[in-house]
Amino acid sequence: MTTFDFLLQGLSVALDPMILMYALIGVTLGTAVGVLPGIGPALTVALLLPVTYGLDPAGSLIMFAGIYYGGMYGGSTTSILLNTPGESASIVTALEGNKMARAGRGGPALATAAIGSFIAGLGATLLLAFVAPTVVKLALVFGPRDYFALMVLAFVTVSSAFGESARKGLISLFVGLALALVGIDQLTGQARLSFGVPQLLDGIEVTTLAVAMFAVGEALFVAARRDTVDDEVIAVKRSVWMTARDWARSWKPWLRGTAIGFPIGAMPAGGADIATFLSYAAEKRMSMHPEEFGNGAIEGVAGPEAANNASAAGTLVPLLTLGLPTTATAAIMLAGFQQFGLQPGPLLFATNPQLVWGLIASLLIANLMLLVLNLPLIGLWVRLLTIPRPWLYAGILVFATLGTIGANPSPVELSMLLIFGVMGYAMRLYGYPIAPVVVGLILGPMAEQQLRRALSISQGDLWTLVGSPVSATLLGLSAIALIVPLILRARGKGAVLNQLASDED
Amino acid sequence: MKRTLFAGLIAAALAVPAHAENYTIIAPAAPGGGWDQTARTMQEALQGEGISDTVQVQNVPGAGGTVGLAQFVASAQGKADQLIVGGYVMVGAILTNASPVSLADVTPIARLTGEYEAIVVPAASDIQDIGQLVEMLKADPGAVSWAGGSAGGADHIAVGLIAKAAGVDPTKINYIAYSGGGEALAAILGSQVTAGISSLGEFKAQADAGTLRILAVSSDERIEGVDAPTLKEAGLDVSLQNWRMVAAAPGLTDEQKAAIGADIDAMVKSKTWQDALATKGWADTYLAGDEFQAQLEQDIAATDTVLRDIGLVK
Repeated sequence: MTTFDFLLQGLSVALDPMILMYALIGVTLGTAVGVLPGIGPALTVALLLPVTYGLDPAGSLIMFAGIYYGGMYGGSTTSILLNTPGESASIVTALEGNKMARAGRGGPALATAAIGSFIAGLGATLLLAFVAPTVVKLALVFGPRDYFALMVLAFVTVSSAFGESARKGLISLFVGLALALVGIDQLTGQARLSFGVPQLLDGIEVTTLAVAMFAVGEALFVAARRDTVDDEVIAVKRSVWMTARDWARSWKPWLRGTAIGFPIGAMPAGGADIATFLSYAAEKRMSMHPEEFGNGAIEGVAGPEAANNASAAGTLVPLLTLGLPTTATAAIMLAGFQQFGLQPGPLLFATNPQLVWGLIASLLIANLMLLVLNLPLIGLWVRLLTIPRPWLYAGILVFATLGTIGANPSPVELSMLLIFGVMGYAMRLYGYPIAPVVVGLILGPMAEQQLRRALSISQGDLWTLVGSPVSATLLGLSAIALIVPLILRARGKGAVLNQLASDED
Repeated sequence: MKRTLFAGLIAAALAVPAHAENYTIIAPAAPGGGWDQTARTMQEALQGEGISDTVQVQNVPGAGGTVGLAQFVASAQGKADQLIVGGYVMVGAILTNASPVSLADVTPIARLTGEYEAIVVPAASDIQDIGQLVEMLKADPGAVSWAGGSAGGADHIAVGLIAKAAGVDPTKINYIAYSGGGEALAAILGSQVTAGISSLGEFKAQADAGTLRILAVSSDERIEGVDAPTLKEAGLDVSLQNWRMVAAAPGLTDEQKAAIGADIDAMVKSKTWQDALATKGWADTYLAGDEFQAQLEQDIAATDTVLRDIGLVK
């Protein structure tokens, strides 16, 4: 049988009414937990695992996959409307999305996120069906030095893409890198900067920092300015729906986001957050309207949202073909497979083709369900913005606190939420961008570990870093990204760049 | 006669509430991991078999289980309905993190399950058997890179023990720590490292598919269905089991300990538990009472020595 026959057979499994119902439950739950900051898809799947002991394998796994996709969708809603990312993968969405929402364009922002997610999910699921074995071979080529080169590229492109001032952006990034050092060093097992507090040994939780900086910091900032500044948020200006111009500006970022998200999701040490950073940076560079970035550019929502959903599908590549879980949610899905005595791995496609293709087909269906579920809700969601601000921000604080306690019930975690919240407020007050702090916390440990692994394997030989074609290419691209703007400036052709530079600081 | 009857009534009165205990099990790890799954499987079995009416699982993740352990020691003192799941990784974590609480502060009840370590190389590797790998290790310890789980965990300890048994300085081993067996597996399959070490379960599917070669396992005897010698057969005196256990609160009376021990014993022998072990591929290495206590002390002492040898504990 060809892949296409398998897929059709899978669709016939997935169209079973009970399976459809599991998919619907999954996407609804996923969207709901994605909306709540702090409670991610991983936690939900873990909590549901015992409930599914009695269900059949196909139904429960499909439900889990629905939760995963739904979570990626739901995270964007709060990012855009409330500037409160529910997941690390929707942090970037908040940057442009929230600016759009404040200018009365929350509807188009949510729509481009939903449709972009649909297109990326569709494209990436089809890629999963047809090229999974090839992609997984490519992903295994990536060794520590190649990951390190990828991180360097991410740092270079991302740090130049955030905020209006390079100096302030870099300071924020280094604050994040410093926070990333807290906890047990993974390669030697020694504690760093934990000051004897056992809860700090595992480092600072990314979601705690993100929720604190974005949600708590924002709430404090709004509360502090309430008397002096007029309420400037416009709930809806013009249509709730995307205009022809929005469509024209969105479709390319959707496709580019898919192209970036899928392979990075498939890499064992990739991840949806890195995919969104790279997509944002790419869109900012390629945009015809770079001046709109930072003020609500639709490309900055369309690209990263497509990238995070494509990367969710990408994650299933190593899970299904190698039995390798690359995210927390995938790890729990693996536990789900094992619960039914199935061992994902090279033999799964051969021993349980019906289940695998049923899963892939239901992902396609879940994706369609998400679009149907989410598009009509946009009109309702944007009305959240018409809630009087004191109520709205009180609600956000309650959700942020509940989410943090739910994920990690300890007073230390709650104190961190408050401390970082105050820090987020102070940074807003003095005009420092928030996102680079979170980026530093996510990328810092990855870059450090991969660099040290690479050097440990080569026994200290630095040339190893450019020793593979992949790492050499990626480092070369990073160098070009750093040097080209300098040359342009030096040759006097960088009028725009100079203009931008003089606007800084 | 009257007195015996009276004593019997008291015993019954004591036994009945003990068996209706509504347990709370602390899983000192994030949802989804081995300890969490152990706790949730216990929940299923204890409730399903009617040993306990309601069982709650609470996740307190962090620092190799020591965060959960510290919280448990502080809050569960003398409470007979509180249990905590733990394992071999906790022994190492307590030492490397210089944790203020240790397993001596709780009441270990029983070892429940265990997994053995497997040493693997990618199928394309030149290394055919464990003897060859050991020769390379003796020739130049740094040139053999090992991918495995977190630093100071069971995988790392096993490499230290192998080096020691082979007469190689354990501080010279080139151990590359990954956040879990899965990420390490990718590095091994991609031939980024010389060899890999992790729980057998992490590698079994790949070995069956012929993409990995298992060189040796860390059990005392050969494992059914695995075509590889034990380390002992290969002349290395190393035997290591990555076990999981259940412990009760500190400060319990002997009666309370006995009642919990009886509940766990009933659970381990139940069909629900045995079926769950079979589907998850966990070996039943149940060991209770004084024998477990003795084994635990032996493991703690051996782990302390090897972690000092590797240089992780000063």
